[in-house]
Amino acid sequence: MELRKLTNRLGEWLRASGPESDIVMSSRIRLARNLAEFPFMNKASDADRVEIEKLLRGAIDKLSCAGPMEYLNVSDADTVDRQFLVERQLISRELADSRGARGVMINAAEQVSLMMNEEDHLRIQCMHSGLDLRGVWAQINDVDSELSKLVNYAYHPRWGYLTACPTNVGTGVRVSVMLHLPALAMTRQIEKVFRALQKISHAVRGLYGEGSQAMGDFYQISNQITLGRSETELVEQVSDVVPVLIDYERRAREFLIKERQQNLHDQVSRAYGILRTAQTISSEETMHLLSRVRMGINLGLIEELNIPHLNELFIHTQPAHLQKLRGQELDTPDRNIERAKYLRTQLNRDSDSLS
Amino acid sequence: MKCQKCEKPATFHITELEGGKHQELHFCEECAKVYLAPPANQEAESGALASAFAQQAQLGQTAEELSKLDQQACPVCGITFLEFRNSGRLGCSHDYVAFEKELEPLIANIHGETKHTGKQPQRYTEGTEALTELIRLRREMKDAIGQENYERAGKLRDQIKQLEDHSKTTS
Repeated sequence: MELRKLTNRLGEWLRASGPESDIVMSSRIRLARNLAEFPFMNKASDADRVEIEKLLRGAIDKLSCAGPMEYLNVSDADTVDRQFLVERQLISRELADSRGARGVMINAAEQVSLMMNEEDHLRIQCMHSGLDLRGVWAQINDVDSELSKLVNYAYHPRWGYLTACPTNVGTGVRVSVMLHLPALAMTRQIEKVFRALQKISHAVRGLYGEGSQAMGDFYQISNQITLGRSETELVEQVSDVVPVLIDYERRAREFLIKERQQNLHDQVSRAYGILRTAQTISSEETMHLLSRVRMGINLGLIEELNIPHLNELFIHTQPAHLQKLRGQELDTPDRNIERAKYLRTQLNRDSDSLS
Repeated sequence: MKCQKCEKPATFHITELEGGKHQELHFCEECAKVYLAPPANQEAESGALASAFAQQAQLGQTAEELSKLDQQACPVCGITFLEFRNSGRLGCSHDYVAFEKELEPLIANIHGETKHTGKQPQRYTEGTEALTELIRLRREMKDAIGQENYERAGKLRDQIKQLEDHSKTTS
């Protein structure tokens, strides 16, 4: 697959077309699966890895429910290309950084991706825009069921789907939503909310998963337990908690509008101003400022921009995307200059030229 | 008042209560955010396992018992319990049988349950013995091919196929 053609289009999950997409960026489910006839990854030989990938690719090619899939050889891809796929959320950091034969198959809408030789032999992932966990489950369940007729999953009647790490055993399912919660962060209520979530066995992570900081006020909420509850129960549990968080965020926004309107408008406008005029800018600062602007658009403080365009800016200003867009490798200082240039072009496109 | 971390004006004043003493902290917005942010979130996956291990260690097992347990190995993939404890990853599906006694309390600790109630694959090989057999046969077949013993490899391939065809169809 040619990565260049992905660069100029937008994954479906970024289009802000789903329900509540002003606050809920995306809904995602992943399934961990292993093949019965091979040892798990840490005991798999190089030859095993090659065979696992071949077998899975052959089966995935026969799938009818996800549309045509394209294959990408991750072990042959260079660092920038692997990072590019991580930024688009098509592969995990674990798959990008590990060694040996490994790959991914992706459908055209970039909603379904199947990672081969990740922590488990197979990780199936499905992602939709906005709050649509039931839709995601319906789609990923079809893919998984069809695939289970074509390959021999490691499954045990008592323990369920057998996984390399016992934290995933049973359903092997991780249900997560990515939320944009700038007002909760600004009013410093976010810690309180997270402590409450952890009490009910939900994990909170940053934009790029485990260990990543909550950059740009994006937070991922997901289930931690995978055994003893059905997949639909787990989907419902996460689905139930999201409207509560949306409500908190909306109330925090109302509070800011009512009580600190001037201050809020000032912060949003300054953020927008810097993004439109800066000559060099880091990835962190960009995320931070884009977050303010995103909220500003949702609150009607900035009218000439829309959310899909802003979502795109979040991804396109990531290091590997910038380099793919530019068509060459760039070191950090050059990336910061390129990022500022890209933002100026994008954000001054529709209004009077300011650059 | 200036932020105690940088030179910007302090807009957040935090009172920390610890052990009966209270401490006043003064930060600008950025530094306050850093201060209040949770530690890099690792507890999610690896942490659940680590805390389950820690709890297990408190269950009155002596050091001797623990070191004996650590040396136990899975007959199929050869992983020792110590290796698993260190890496947090199992070596093959048979480990769930080979270490069942040790894994059960660990899994109960992580998930609060010890029985799968979710979906089943459309077909699967009944019983872990058959699963183990599949791994063993495939390994032997590879060895046979390596030794250019194609007759034996062919026989093994038939056996694998037979086992897979006996897979339980659940749909």
